[in-house]
Amino acid sequence: MTATVTSYRSTVETGRAGFGQVLRAEWTKFRTVRGWLVATAVAVLVMIVLGWLTGAGSHSSYNSGPGTPDIVGHPYVPIGPGGEAVQDRFSFVHRTLDGDGSLTVRVTSLTGAQVHPGPDPSGPGQSRPAPVQPWAKAGLIVKESTQQGSAYAAIVVTGGHGVRMQYNFTGDKAGPTGSVSAGAPRWLRLTRTGDTLTGYASTDGTVWTTVGSVRLAGLPATVQAGLFAASPSQENVTQHLGGGGRVTGGPSRLTAGFDNLDVSGGFAAGDWAGTAVGGDGTAGLDERTGFMQYGDRVSLTGSGDIAPDVTGSGDAMEQTLAGVFGTLTVMVVLGVLFVTGEYRRGMIRTSLAATPRRGGVLAAKAVVIGAVTFVAGLVAAAVTVPLAEHILRTNGNFIYPVSGLAQARVIVGTAALLAVAAVLALAVGTILRRSAGAVATVILLIVLPYILATAGVLPPEPSRWLLRLTPAAGFAIQQSLPAYPQLSRAFTPAFGFYPLAPWAGFAVLCGWAGLALAAAGYLLRRRDV
Amino acid sequence: MRTALHAEWTKLRTVPGPCALLSGAVLLTVALSALVAAATTCATPGCARDLDTVKLSLSGVQLGQAVVAVLAVLAVGGEYSTGMIRTTLTAMPRRAAVLAAKAATVTGLVLVAGTVAVLGCVLAGRLILPGNGLTAAPGYPPLSLADGPTLRAAGGSVLYLALIGLLSLSVATIVRESAAAIGLVLGLLYLFPILLHVVTDPGWQRRLQQIAPSSAGLAIQATVGVHDLPIGPWAGLGVLAGWAAGALLAGALLLRLRDC
Repeated sequence: MTATVTSYRSTVETGRAGFGQVLRAEWTKFRTVRGWLVATAVAVLVMIVLGWLTGAGSHSSYNSGPGTPDIVGHPYVPIGPGGEAVQDRFSFVHRTLDGDGSLTVRVTSLTGAQVHPGPDPSGPGQSRPAPVQPWAKAGLIVKESTQQGSAYAAIVVTGGHGVRMQYNFTGDKAGPTGSVSAGAPRWLRLTRTGDTLTGYASTDGTVWTTVGSVRLAGLPATVQAGLFAASPSQENVTQHLGGGGRVTGGPSRLTAGFDNLDVSGGFAAGDWAGTAVGGDGTAGLDERTGFMQYGDRVSLTGSGDIAPDVTGSGDAMEQTLAGVFGTLTVMVVLGVLFVTGEYRRGMIRTSLAATPRRGGVLAAKAVVIGAVTFVAGLVAAAVTVPLAEHILRTNGNFIYPVSGLAQARVIVGTAALLAVAAVLALAVGTILRRSAGAVATVILLIVLPYILATAGVLPPEPSRWLLRLTPAAGFAIQQSLPAYPQLSRAFTPAFGFYPLAPWAGFAVLCGWAGLALAAAGYLLRRRDV
Repeated sequence: MRTALHAEWTKLRTVPGPCALLSGAVLLTVALSALVAAATTCATPGCARDLDTVKLSLSGVQLGQAVVAVLAVLAVGGEYSTGMIRTTLTAMPRRAAVLAAKAATVTGLVLVAGTVAVLGCVLAGRLILPGNGLTAAPGYPPLSLADGPTLRAAGGSVLYLALIGLLSLSVATIVRESAAAIGLVLGLLYLFPILLHVVTDPGWQRRLQQIAPSSAGLAIQATVGVHDLPIGPWAGLGVLAGWAAGALLAGALLLRLRDC
């Protein structure tokens, strides 16, 4: 009796081990380890829970004066024509302009003062002569209305930045440099033609240079035009070790002297009216509050600023994403384990025997861990931001409005940042082949520079260098508010302002990941396993 | 117990890893401290009130603690990843004794390395700071261990490192996986300071600073404005000790209850 023996044949079709198969194998390895799936879910939850905690732990309230009850909320923040938060507080001497027109004036002096609160905190305070603030400004302005946040264009002389053409809060064009004094006065001219405004500057009133020309789309025919003066608060920043920074300083004042004021075009007849834009109520300006007219000469005193507002009034949206560090830690551990786990169990021998093209294995691993982390990060950030913003608003906080594009960049950028960090972890894990050392290396490379730079351990300049060179530069992609040069603010890392542009910072992180991946690929090919 | 200690000492002594990590911890701690000291200048008159030169000179501990954590995690995690733990527990069935011996060995080593590192930091601060204008004239006498608060900050930093080692060792015993343990420990150490940065309520900030192992523990380094701290220096170190003791207890319990 003979039995027919049929040898076993696998039902799996034979095929080339293309990159698709390697990718599928690596995805199966990731998908079928229950602990890693749980860890990925934990990574998502960590960001959401910490975002919730950020919202729940931040309350804002204010009162309208001493002795009045606190109200949950924040003082009014004007919104500019571009949708951004702005500061719009200045002394304005104006007349109604209907249609086209032109203003010319000579600025003869700029005098600064610092305001110290008097014994009565609600009183006007004592002022003391002080140097003119670099961004204190006075000049000619054409503004849609005296409402805060309305469109405008202005030609100004500043305390330390020469002549500027500024418009709609974010726009700033540089003109001739130099300061203003009695011996070196400065002529300014602002003309309106339709919705185009052009600013000119001159040293003698005869030879004019064009500083800039801007189109303010939708500017109504009837506008307010005239002289203005503003002086931003003085800001001194003290870095506190281990506790961020402290801002001291106080309001300042600028008194500008004008003469040779001349207008032409559709100006309504009548006197010049003084308005403290952004002041309490509709306070007019008079001699007591800093608007004096004697003959041809005008003296105007102002405090405040016409500029974008990026610090001090509320929270930036990326503050809701502090949990990214928790997510990062978990995903770095996963990225490292994804390869060191193979070394520990000897699985790497099977993997490399099955796919002798070692670069392909590493690439497939990078794609899998990068994609998983990106998706997890995207889900986490997309849930966290609206949730935490909602809680922050409920608690009375102001959140700086940012464009939809910037919002998308912060959310997608956070996911991309996590994905690249996970790939970096994978590469370092391949290089070191040891879990603990690799995890510590990657976390120290990314998180420690961030803490050193932002927690006030280091002074601003070394902090900036850390955020240019280390992988922590990647967090720049989360910065939603630009550091406007026309603000004399402390744009230091401690206040969330990075030295590199968002995508440039992200590129630095990608560079680190790319280098590590190249080194890992080289070592993987050179070593036995 | 003596034999258990001897065994653990042999394990740590005969592999190159711990030695490299300990010298790395010393080097990195002193290097970061020197860097921070070199980057700090007294340019404005305002610095005369705000700078805590002792804390500043000891800021390298922020980096050194991570290396100590790796060493402590590996002391336990290494046994699990190689399967050595089975041999260890067969040879010494009294599991609590094994953990105690490990903890004692690691703590001893960290105390020695920590002392060297902290002395290096103080020396770096003493040598570098006067060159940056932080001299006795604006109110910064050279760092000296004869000064009470400085001695407390320096000695406390050594204890802080030892407690971090103990905490890391315990966490590794609980999770039995080096990568996860080091992730957990570094998360605990570094996540709280970042959270402190975004939570704006003073009450919440205070509470977070009081319970966070690193923020509370590092209160031991403060020598300026000690009374305004959310938690006193020794109380802060006590909080960290509480974290370490709780983790050690949990680790011992799990080691007893689990197969290995």
